[in-house]
Amino acid sequence: MNKPYGSPYVSVEGIARRFPGLTVFSDVWFGIERGEFVCLVGHSGCGKTTILNILAGLDSPSDGGVVMEGREISGPALDRAVVFQGHALMPWLTAEQNVAFALACRNPAWGKARLREEARAVLAKVGLEHAADRKPAMLSGGMKQRVGIARALAVQPKMMLMDEPFSALDALTRGSLQEEVSRLATEAGQTAFMITHDVDEAILLADRILLMTNGPNARIAEVLVNTLPRPRIRATLHHQPGYHALRDHIMDFLVTRSRTLAGAAPEGYDPRDPPIVRLAE
Amino acid sequence: MARPVPAWKAALLSLAILALFLGGWELALTAGPGAGGPAIDPEYAALLGQAAQQGGRTPMPAPSQIAVRLWELLRDPFYVRGPNDQGIGIQVAWSLGRVLLGFFIAALVAIPLGFAIGMSPLLNAALNPFIQVLRPVSPLAWMPLALFTIQDSSISAIFVIFICSIWPMLLNTAFGVANVRREWLNVARTLEAGTWRTAFRVILPAAAPTILTGMRISIGIAWLVIVAAEMLVGGTGIGYWVWNQWNNLSLADIVIAILMIGLVGLALDRLLGLIQGWVSWQE
Repeated sequence: MNKPYGSPYVSVEGIARRFPGLTVFSDVWFGIERGEFVCLVGHSGCGKTTILNILAGLDSPSDGGVVMEGREISGPALDRAVVFQGHALMPWLTAEQNVAFALACRNPAWGKARLREEARAVLAKVGLEHAADRKPAMLSGGMKQRVGIARALAVQPKMMLMDEPFSALDALTRGSLQEEVSRLATEAGQTAFMITHDVDEAILLADRILLMTNGPNARIAEVLVNTLPRPRIRATLHHQPGYHALRDHIMDFLVTRSRTLAGAAPEGYDPRDPPIVRLAE
Repeated sequence: MARPVPAWKAALLSLAILALFLGGWELALTAGPGAGGPAIDPEYAALLGQAAQQGGRTPMPAPSQIAVRLWELLRDPFYVRGPNDQGIGIQVAWSLGRVLLGFFIAALVAIPLGFAIGMSPLLNAALNPFIQVLRPVSPLAWMPLALFTIQDSSISAIFVIFICSIWPMLLNTAFGVANVRREWLNVARTLEAGTWRTAFRVILPAAAPTILTGMRISIGIAWLVIVAAEMLVGGTGIGYWVWNQWNNLSLADIVIAILMIGLVGLALDRLLGLIQGWVSWQE
């Protein structure tokens, strides 16, 4: 799966984030294949958000770089859409206008009527056509994040970047949104990169899960391949064979190994090719 | 504790306070109308002529007299009988015209400049010393310089309004623009929104409530300053009218002028508040 020496769709090559006297992470290498859903799991402070921001082009690494389709990422662009943690909707615009804003950036030639129509179509995809005329203040947390997802989808990005998009939501809302994202990503073959704390979320959505050790000097300890077949249904996921092994592995990592593995890399660790873990089914 | 109070209750109490105040005022004047009065110097009395019979001083007008006078003034507010005798409506209109003109010119300068300062930390740092020094200067201190350079009293008054209303708008615009939430700017960046679209579709609406607050403060200050400026400049306007009535010792007119100044100031503030309501957003 991970082909460090090949040329994946998106290739993260040796990026680092250093402050004077502090290295948050360094020598981080991984690839994302076209249509693949990759989750990054790790504790706060290991630089997850920085990695996502570097992929988005909102931040630049102290070292290394990111190559997408053979071109280095040098700044934010429409081919990479971000779903922000705090939805980041503009409160003076209605749901429809928020989506239309993104559409207008993508398609400057479109007229008002066209933008309206297309914005409503995208909102319908996330089940929000009935709330198109409401401002964010009149939407629930889950609905706001749906609009945030609709806005990201509207520009038809090559890659979706999601920074713990559901962490501020209650469990029920989170569940239905996860399913929605799973459906949308699978249907469209959407390439996606997502940061999460939520183990079940990672198992439901990801093809591969990158496990990061605690910072400082964080690194990708291993790459866990999610072998559970798609389509995955949230309600029945935990009955699928292999689910508990995956879950236990990630939990063990988060609870103990992220800490014990932190610091210096073990003998034989190649940052360009971190160990790939494929649990027996 | 802070339960909502029915509007009629508050209005009733307001009316009661007003009635008590006016009633007390009226009563105080009718009870002892200059009783006895101080002894007057005969020479002074000769100078004053008839006025000496009033006890040598102009009596404070009672609310009832002021009301009669108010009715006289408001019945024909727009008459013009020569340069020194014009209706109160005309005087207020002159002041309002000067304030609005100075205010809008100030807005035309302050809002774009504030935008630039808010967007550019360099410009902010470079211009900050000037702003900090000029801002606390009383607008009336500019008056002599304005009269000398502009050589036109009416334009000088407008300039004074301009200079006093520019600072709150400038500082609030710069502050609002500089503090637009990072995540909205990031949204614009990831969407490749471009400088103009970001400025007009993201930063301007995000900063609009702060800008309007600055405009509201500015128009309040401008309305305060115009009265003093017109007292100095003379000719027309409510400030000049107040000074004229003081020279005429018509105290009733002065009380009426105070009332008018207050009501117009209130109206201006409410107008800006209304616009502020349109552009404000909540999360």
